[in-house]
Order: sequence, then C-alpha cells, then structure tokens
Amino acid sequence: MKMVNLTINNVKVSVEENTTILKAAKKFNMNIPTLCYYEDLDIKSDCRVCVVEVEGKKGLVSSCSTPVVEGMVVNTNSPRVLNARKTIVELILSNHDTNCTTCVKNLRCELQTLARTLGIDENRFPSVFEKCEIDEGNPSIQRNPNLCIKCGRCVDVCNNVQGTSVLAILGRGHNVKVSAVFDEKLSDNFCTFCGQCASVCPVGAITEKDDTDIVWRALTDPKKHVIVQVAPAVRVSLGEEVGQKVGTIVTGKMVAAMKILGFDQVFDTDFAADLTIIEEGNELIQRVTNGGVLPMMTSCCPGWINYAETRYPDILDHISSCKSPQQMFGALAKSYYPKKTGIDPKDIFVVSVMPCTAKKYEAKREEMRVDENSPDVDAVLTTRELGKMIKQMGIDFENLDEKPFDSPFGITTGAAAIFGTTGGVMEAAIRTVYEVVNKKPLEGLDFKELRGLKGIKEAEINLGGKMVKVAVAHTLSMAKILCDQVRNGTSPYAFIEIMTCLGGCIGGGGQPYGTSNTVRQERINSTYSLDASMSLRKSHENPEVIALYKDYLKEPLGKLSHHLLHTHYHDRSSKV
Amino acid sequence: MNEMKLISKRFGKINPLSIDEYIKFDGYKNLKKALSMEKIEIIDEVQKSYLRGRGGAGFPTSIKMMGLAKESNKEKFIICNADEGEPGNFKDRYLMENDPHQIIEGMIIVAFATGGTKGIIYVRGEYQKSISLLKWSIDEARKFGYLGKNILGSKFSFDIEVRSGAGSYVCGEEFALIESLEGKPGRTRVKPPFPTQSGINNKPTLINNVETFSTIPTIIEIGGANFSKIGTPSSTGTKLISLSGNVKHKGVFEIPFGVSIRDVIYELGGGIENDRKIKLVQLGGACGPIIPEYMLDMIIDFDRFEEFESKTGAGAIIVIDERFDIFTILLKVVRFFQHESCGKCTPCREGHIQLGNLIEKFIERKAMMQDIVSLESLARVIHQASLCGLGQTSPTAIISSLRYFRDDYIDRIEHPKRG
Repeated sequence: MKMVNLTINNVKVSVEENTTILKAAKKFNMNIPTLCYYEDLDIKSDCRVCVVEVEGKKGLVSSCSTPVVEGMVVNTNSPRVLNARKTIVELILSNHDTNCTTCVKNLRCELQTLARTLGIDENRFPSVFEKCEIDEGNPSIQRNPNLCIKCGRCVDVCNNVQGTSVLAILGRGHNVKVSAVFDEKLSDNFCTFCGQCASVCPVGAITEKDDTDIVWRALTDPKKHVIVQVAPAVRVSLGEEVGQKVGTIVTGKMVAAMKILGFDQVFDTDFAADLTIIEEGNELIQRVTNGGVLPMMTSCCPGWINYAETRYPDILDHISSCKSPQQMFGALAKSYYPKKTGIDPKDIFVVSVMPCTAKKYEAKREEMRVDENSPDVDAVLTTRELGKMIKQMGIDFENLDEKPFDSPFGITTGAAAIFGTTGGVMEAAIRTVYEVVNKKPLEGLDFKELRGLKGIKEAEINLGGKMVKVAVAHTLSMAKILCDQVRNGTSPYAFIEIMTCLGGCIGGGGQPYGTSNTVRQERINSTYSLDASMSLRKSHENPEVIALYKDYLKEPLGKLSHHLLHTHYHDRSSKV
Repeated sequence: MNEMKLISKRFGKINPLSIDEYIKFDGYKNLKKALSMEKIEIIDEVQKSYLRGRGGAGFPTSIKMMGLAKESNKEKFIICNADEGEPGNFKDRYLMENDPHQIIEGMIIVAFATGGTKGIIYVRGEYQKSISLLKWSIDEARKFGYLGKNILGSKFSFDIEVRSGAGSYVCGEEFALIESLEGKPGRTRVKPPFPTQSGINNKPTLINNVETFSTIPTIIEIGGANFSKIGTPSSTGTKLISLSGNVKHKGVFEIPFGVSIRDVIYELGGGIENDRKIKLVQLGGACGPIIPEYMLDMIIDFDRFEEFESKTGAGAIIVIDERFDIFTILLKVVRFFQHESCGKCTPCREGHIQLGNLIEKFIERKAMMQDIVSLESLARVIHQASLCGLGQTSPTAIISSLRYFRDDYIDRIEHPKRG
C-alpha cells in the first residue's frame, strides 16, 4: 500500500493512500467533530460539520469525504474552521425543536453533545422551526420530524443496507424533510419496522415506541403476575447501556436487575429458542422426507416476516410455520405456565426484552393470541428500554450479585445462545437435525463457514447420506438475493436462515446506540464464547424442553404444538 | 466598439430549422476536418486555445477532455448542460434557438476526440422552443449522416438525445444534473469521484455548457493558437453576454474577453434608459458580485473576476438604476437561492433563510451594527462550507455589497426612522 505524507495541525503524519482526512486525523488522535458521518455507512458530506482548512484551497473541505494527497497541509481547528463549524451547528439548532430536557434522547443526543463541545451558549440565529405531525401510527417506531436534522443516515440505512426504500428525503431547500415515501406514514409504506433507522439516528427523530410506562404500570399493579423473557442477543449488549465495555456478557447481573425491577419471574427466551429448533428442525425433516415445499426459510425474525408478507407474498409457503421464540414463549406463558402454577392466565402479564423494534409489532399480531381477547406477549421492551428502566430504578448494575434464570423456562443450551447472531439459528438447527436424521452424534459443533459478517454464507451437510446445501443471509438487501432465487425456482438450498439486521439480532434496531461493524463483531464473539462455555450445546438435549414435551406438548409438530407454537402468514402486498 | 461574432455569426442569418442553410454557412465543415485529424490533435488544439468552460466556473475544457479520453470504459457520456436557469442569463437559449447545429457539431467533435459514445442535451424544462428545435435538428443531422452509426462513413458512431428536468435551478450543477438524468431528485453528490471518472450510471461523463460546445467548431476552424490570441491571456476567445436590466438595448452580445463593462453597457447597450444614474451592476447572474458605478471600467476576464471571490459566471450583466433599493435586490437574490437550494447540505439549506431575515431587518430599518457582522459571517460560512457550487456562489452578491455598498448598510442603521 502506498503511503501519503501530510501535515495535520503541524504534525507530520503518514497514512495509506485513499484515507480520508477524517480517518487520518483520528489515527493520530485528533478527532474532528462529525454529525452525518456514521461508521460503515456511505459518506454523505451533508452536515458540513467536519469541514477543515486545506492550505491552497479557498473554501473549506469536508474531511469525511476528502482523501489525503501528498504534501497536504491540513488545519482542523483554525479560527475560520471553528467559526464555520459553530455557525453550521447554530443553523441546525435554528430549525430544531430545542426543548432538550423533554427529548427522549436528552444527554445521549449527538447534536446536543456537539453543541456543548463547540461551546454554543447562545444561538445568533432566531428559530425558524415549525412544528409538524409525529408519526405514531405503528407499534414499533416513532418518527418525530420536529427533531430531524436531515443528516440522511436513516435514509441511507433504509435504502442501501436494507434495500427497503421506505424512507426518503422529500422536497427541497429549506422545506426538505425526511419521511416515508410520498409523505405517508411508515405503516402505510411497507416498513418492516426493523428499526435500523432508529439505531443510527443521531437525534431523537426516530426512536422505538417507548413501552416502559406500560411495563412500570404492570409491575406496580398488585393483581398482576408479571413475568419477563430475555432474548439471547440482549445479554451481550445490555452492558453498553449501563456503562460496561462493548461485548461484556451480563446475564447474571441482568437477571438480578430485573428481579429488583419487580418482575415476578425472569425467564430466558433461549428456552423458547431451543423449542423452536425442535419444532422447526422436525418441520424441515418432514418437508424433506415428504416432498414438501423447499427450501424452507426461517421464521424467527419479525422484520423478515414483514418483508416477505409485503414484498414476496408468493413465497410465503417456504417460510417455516413455527412462531418466533418470543411468541412460542408467550403462548406457553399463557397456557402451560398457568396450568403448572395455578395462576389465572388473565392475571399473567408477559413482558419480553428484545434487541428488536419489529418484535413490538409481532406481539400485536392477531395470530399471536392463545386467548383471542389478549395478546400472548403483553409488552415488548428493547435493550435500550430495559437499560432506561434500570437507570430509572437507580440500580448499581456493576455491583449486583449474579442471579440465575427461573424455572421452568430457565435451562438453555449453547444452540439457543447463538440465535442472536447471523448464522446462529442455522447452526443450532444443523446440530439437532443432523443427529435426529443420521441417528449418530455430530462431530465438531462449530460451523465456522456460517459465522461472521459476510452478507450471504453457505454450508453443506450430510443428511441421511445426501449432501444438502443451506444458506444464511442478513440484511434485507442480501435476503432479496436469496428470495429472488426462491421465487424463480433456482434456489439450490434446502434451508435458508434470514435475519433482517446486519449481524443478526446482536445488531438489531433496539440495541444500544453506536452499533458499528466493530461493535457487532465484539457482540458476536461474546455470543460464541457463551455457546462454547455451556455444558449443553444442542437444543434436543435441553432437559426442560424434553420435560415440556413429556408433560404437555407430547410430540413435535403434534396437535398442541400446532395450536400453540405454529402460525400462518398473509399476503399484505396490496395493503398499501 | 463593435461585437466580435465568432459563435453568433449565424444569428439571424440562417433559418435555424434548415440544416441546408447551416451547411451552406460553413456548417459541419469543421466536423469533417476534425474527423480527418488524430483524436489527440483535436484535444491539443483545444488545449492551445486555452478555452475555459462558459457555464460559469471557467474550468479548462481540454483538461476535462483529456480526463474523459483516458478513461477506458466502453460507454462514455457527453452531456451538454443547457439547464440555463441563472437569473439574468439567456445566452444559451439564443444559441439553441438561432444556431442549434453548431452545438450538435461541437458535441460530435468532442465525442470523437474523447471516445464519447452517447450524447445528451439537458435542456431547462421551460425552454420548450429550444427543446423542439434541438430535437428537430438532431433528426436532421441524423438524416444527413452527421449522427448515428459510422458518421460520414467513418468508424465513429455517436448519437444525441434531448432530455429535460422538471424545473429546478440546481439541476444545472453537474452532479445534480446527473442525478436528474438518472431519474432521481436533483441533489448534488460528494466529489471525488468527478464526473469524468464516474458520472451517469457511474460511467465516465463529460459535461460542458452550450456555449463551450458551440465554440469548438470555431477552434477547429481557426486553430487553437489563433483562438488564444483573441481576448486576454487568461481568458481567451469571445464571450456571449446577456445584457439586461435598465439598459436601452437588452439582449445577447458577443464580445472578445477584455472589453470593459462600461463599454458593454454604454456602447452595445446604448446606456441607461432616460439617462439615469447606475446604482449597481450585477455580474454573472444572481450568484455574481454587485459592483458600483465607479468600477465599471474593469474588464471582463476570468482572473479579474476572481478578486470578488467569485467566478465570471455565465456572462450576465444586470444593470440596476438609481431608482432601486439595494436591499430589495439582495432579498430577491437570497430568496431565489433559498427556494432553489436542494436542501442537502446545512449551510445552504438553513443559511439562506437566515440571510434573508437579516436583509429584511435592513429593509425595515430595524438592523443594528451586530447584524452586519452576522450577515458577513454567515455569508462567508455559506460560501466556504457549502457542498456544491450553488451555496458556494450564492452569497457573492451579499459579500460584494458589504464591500462596495457598506455606506448603504451603515445608513440604514444610523437612520432607523427615515424613509
């Protein structure tokens, strides 16, 4: 690689060619403030906050987009630069609802931080802000245009990472706004509610719909028996919300914190993930042996289900009829659990903590009700919302003593732990399907070719003497490639795992802010280390799952399973 | 002084609908000559001519041509930017309506020299007459074998299509124009890469103004060296000037670079209506500087204009006489850019509305000294930190007015109740 020599703030540095000024400066411990820039996303160069002075250039250049050249002399903090930067932020604030104390992003807003860093204690420009309507028309995502600073990150994620093109920049000039296309509501526009827009929004313009109040109300209602389930991907990310290092595994402290919050029982969604593998694995075996529709596609991810129902209604019979682990748990919590404990199901309030915003939508679906008058999962919190409640309660998280999950949904396997990362469901399924079909133990449980951040991954397994191809895709733009093959009848696979978010659930739309590929990789590493550390690593070896079948469900894909654990999908492509 | 008619020589002399009349008046002669030359020779001639882009920025045309020529892509686009939307500019319309074949001939020569495979003329949507004339002329040129496969029996094939936008000023900015051609909203892109590296559909693309392409046949005819003797050392050849405002004879005039603004106004334009005094002259268009009467002896020249931290613009001269208020003019300019900003970058999107509010304070005589400071600071930030040419040039009028008409500002502050 060719090196380029340049001077940044009188420091002589040498960096690889094609490096941007921003990255070059960062490499030498000089951070240039940014706003629209987001690691791993496209360079937009819209906000102009990162402008710097380059000797010989009359104007200022945006450091995020300008590559270094030999002999360049850069000043990142000259009076001219500082004045421009300050003016730009003042201009943004002049068209922004600056009622910061009542903003959901107060104290974690990138614009607020920037204004403080730049020392803006007075705005020279009068406010030209005009209030507009908030889009609250769905259970997952709230879009408040009054806080939008038109940085374009959300539009970039929606168009270029997910390929869903729900969000767009509309209008021009001062009247530019970010909205769902045709200025409609998200719910009218094929939005999958993946929440990736919310996870990259630097301000409070796009957030998950906050359900913490509903949960607090249930927790303080003496008549309610409130139980909670926690998804696999939350335990490797919640730490970031409470000041721990990225990738810290906080399972035991998390359970302890939730006990303090007042949950009567703290259960593990991993249990339902193991159950999913039994049902889904058997469904796959049945499809393969009975000449059913193949490839079979996973059904755990609600963003993917929304995508398929609105964009690929013709391939819905490829999707496993299994409910997601969240909803399998919900159904059992409102049927098996009351039977076992003697508590009236009407008094049971089920909360789930998910890395996901689409789960909020999933829980509200009509199909997800054992009792048609109330949902199986009453409220869904994101990882961020759980973090918020822990802070509201004033819990000293770091010093908590670790606690185990409660029974009967507390024992889990490594197979369930890896559900939270791309490739994990597939790997877990293979571990079980292989042993059920081949009737011998699988040697080597780690499927390295299915791990990591590559967009589409493939593997081959031997099932009853036949080599079968499987594939894994994450992000909807990658899913599209596999879906098109399925639609055209050219898919070479027997089983396909699809996760909406980059990296799988560990990169979900409800995860702590600041998720980048580096952060994703840390969370993935922790997930696999959890798996490796567990004594049970195959779903069909989970003793509580075995007991559940023995006591209640009787057999996989049986009558009760079908009633409680399976669902059906609808063509929603014309509901626009 | 008189006009020097090189590219406007056929104006009014031929029927623009008739390719026969164009051919009789030396038309397509230079294309034949170019086809007999080596490609690099043509670029050499353009380089020797020191032709600079006539759309406003004055970028050397030969550098763009060399940039495109060295790209190895099979598909290369030649775009003629005819999205003339700068207030005060109408010379491209004259070229399209009076001599459409000259533009087509220039584009074919440039395409031949650079390996261009596909031409597009992007015409301002409001210019319906230009659009139909160009379409007609392209069909005619195709019938005569100047466009299409194997032009004039050579191995070279090239064709041109006319496209237009939906009426947005910023689509004259090269990347906004490319986005518009791709069917997207007209918003600029981040550079680099530049269009010659990655333009329409990420293919190498050369974009030049109507007048630039119209000048190419003349350069082939008289040679680059001879062309460079016309005008001044830094600004060679002739320039079409759109003269408007309170002058007796408004219109398009072709002059060699180096002529003074006063000569254009008084000798070609016949002076001011009713012999009133000049309050100000805006150069280049809405994005150009505002100068007072005592500066009219300055010559029209790219380098001379850079002193205003501005470019020559597309060659407009807008004359405003003493009856008009400078702040009303400035407000119109600012509100125009506020309306036409694409909204992508912060300084341009949010800055213009604030500039307008500050100017309004002076109109209402409510301004204070601090407002001059704010106005100057904000105008400079928009100028220096905006993403594309629109925001980088839009505050020129305000910046120059603060330099040459500061007394007017002070007067409004010191006499808040007068008037």
